[in-house]
Amino acid sequence: MAVPTVAAPTAETAAASRPWSFASRELRFWLTDYRRTWRGSVISSVLGPVLYLGAMGAGLGTLVNRHSSASLGGVTYLAFISPGLLAATAMQTGFGEAMYPVLGSVKWVSNYFAAVASPLRPADVFRGHLMFVTLRLFMNCGIFLAVIAAFGAARSPMVIAALPVAVLTGLAFAPALMAWSVTRTTDVSFSVLMRFVMVPLFLFSGTFFPVSQLPGWLQPVAYVTPLWHGVALCRALALGTADPAGAAVHVGYLLVLALAGCAAAQVTYRRRLHE
Amino acid sequence: MPHPDHAEVLIQASRLTKQFGDFTAVDGIDFRITRGEAFGFLGPNGAGKSSTMRMIGCVSPPTSGQLAILGWDPVTQGPAIRSRLGVVPQENTLDIELTVRENLLVYGRYFGLPRAVIRERAASLLDFVQLSDRAEDRVEPLSGGMKRRLVIARSLINEPDILLLDEPTTGLDPQARHIVWDRLFRLKQRGVTLILTTHYMDEAEQLCDRLVVMDGGQIVAEGSPRELIGGYSTPEVLELRFDPADHEQAAEKLAAQLDGPHREESLPAERLEVLADRVLIYTRDGDQALAAARALGLEPVTSLARRSTLEDVFLRLTGRQLGD
Repeated sequence: MAVPTVAAPTAETAAASRPWSFASRELRFWLTDYRRTWRGSVISSVLGPVLYLGAMGAGLGTLVNRHSSASLGGVTYLAFISPGLLAATAMQTGFGEAMYPVLGSVKWVSNYFAAVASPLRPADVFRGHLMFVTLRLFMNCGIFLAVIAAFGAARSPMVIAALPVAVLTGLAFAPALMAWSVTRTTDVSFSVLMRFVMVPLFLFSGTFFPVSQLPGWLQPVAYVTPLWHGVALCRALALGTADPAGAAVHVGYLLVLALAGCAAAQVTYRRRLHE
Repeated sequence: MPHPDHAEVLIQASRLTKQFGDFTAVDGIDFRITRGEAFGFLGPNGAGKSSTMRMIGCVSPPTSGQLAILGWDPVTQGPAIRSRLGVVPQENTLDIELTVRENLLVYGRYFGLPRAVIRERAASLLDFVQLSDRAEDRVEPLSGGMKRRLVIARSLINEPDILLLDEPTTGLDPQARHIVWDRLFRLKQRGVTLILTTHYMDEAEQLCDRLVVMDGGQIVAEGSPRELIGGYSTPEVLELRFDPADHEQAAEKLAAQLDGPHREESLPAERLEVLADRVLIYTRDGDQALAAARALGLEPVTSLARRSTLEDVFLRLTGRQLGD
């Protein structure tokens, strides 16, 4: 009678039970991949804030400052929009890292499929990629914060705390978008999403002007958007006006969105990669 | 090599089924694969080969039935099983922007192998697939055959017990196919268990000790290439080509002999297949059948007596109609 083999347990059985052990392998893929493009990516991460703060803060700002109103909190326009743009940049990075790279991983490069042929599970692949997205958020937001400091636009040392808040703002979007992108087969919906979701959020979440300037009926909509919470807290920290209760609400809201996105991604990644 | 009774069973499936919604891709199949075997899944497109391979690769949970790989349950022990498998997927999942060597290094890390081990293995694997001189080149400009060899090298980075190859040579030119076959044959000689899907019959005959023919999600035949030819075809096939004007008439005449009372004398054949341009006569002796056809007054434009191949078996079992 033929004897079915039972293989001895491997080190991989143990590794599988440690939540970050496999995910860090996926992270290393993304780090290797990034070695190819980091120069261009760092240059645009520096150039972006310099151009925005230069044009909007220093340029447009001189006009705005002449009519300086109480609704800006009595600060210069540069000081007002800098933290808003920081949060908005985090959102943009979140969108950018969570759409094309994810679709490419199942469609063009197929690196997700290469990964799940190894011991890695779909959830490990998601977590590892999310670790990389988080790293990119820290990079872009860190650079942005340095540019803010160089422009002398920060009013409080608490601005340092705006870094993790901005990263969390990006993470309020990225996991949910990754969960969705992995289900896509084409990129046609990406530009629609950018145009009709990201750009309106960018423009109307208090980044460039206080939400109080919006028509009354639109204001509650702004308060629901994740970006507004990120902008509001980053700004409060940069201007030194943050209060613990308000901060807790903002952080809590962003955190819930991030965790909900992660929960959704666990499901959609499994469906796509282990069908 | 039909599995000997003392052989070590690496994969055992019974009533294995995979459904996608209402569609049954794999319909209750049974098979058993032992260590050191080269086992093939043959079938037309849509027969369920790739779905079966994905279940064995632990990236697609079975809908029902049993599947044990290395004695483990793929649903609960996926990571442990996959750490012992090598996978050559149907589509190359290479990172074409990275170099040949980087692709191996990145992949080796998925298996948690130490850097030094990966480096050492990468060097010898590139040598094995004859890509050492391209190690530092980007993957993108490589030929299809080179990319395929790189995927094979990559699949061996964890020194797997079982190598899964989903259509390993589809789309390659004849030279590239022969190099791939040669490398796979060497792996087989080293004792690596090979499991492959293909719709190339010559590939199956070259590589497989044992194979199953799948059609519509089911296994319709099983055996060694020789057993299958013996069981499902005649030793020889006589292919006759007539003048198009006479084709139909000649075919009818031949068919009439087959149904006649003295068929053995008039036409020593088991079966006849009439194609648009040829008549195939399945016989134990092609020359004898040709003589018999001539004795009937038929004069083919060309005639070819050849040995039966796995392709004859395949077409008989799965039909000449398109599967999808």
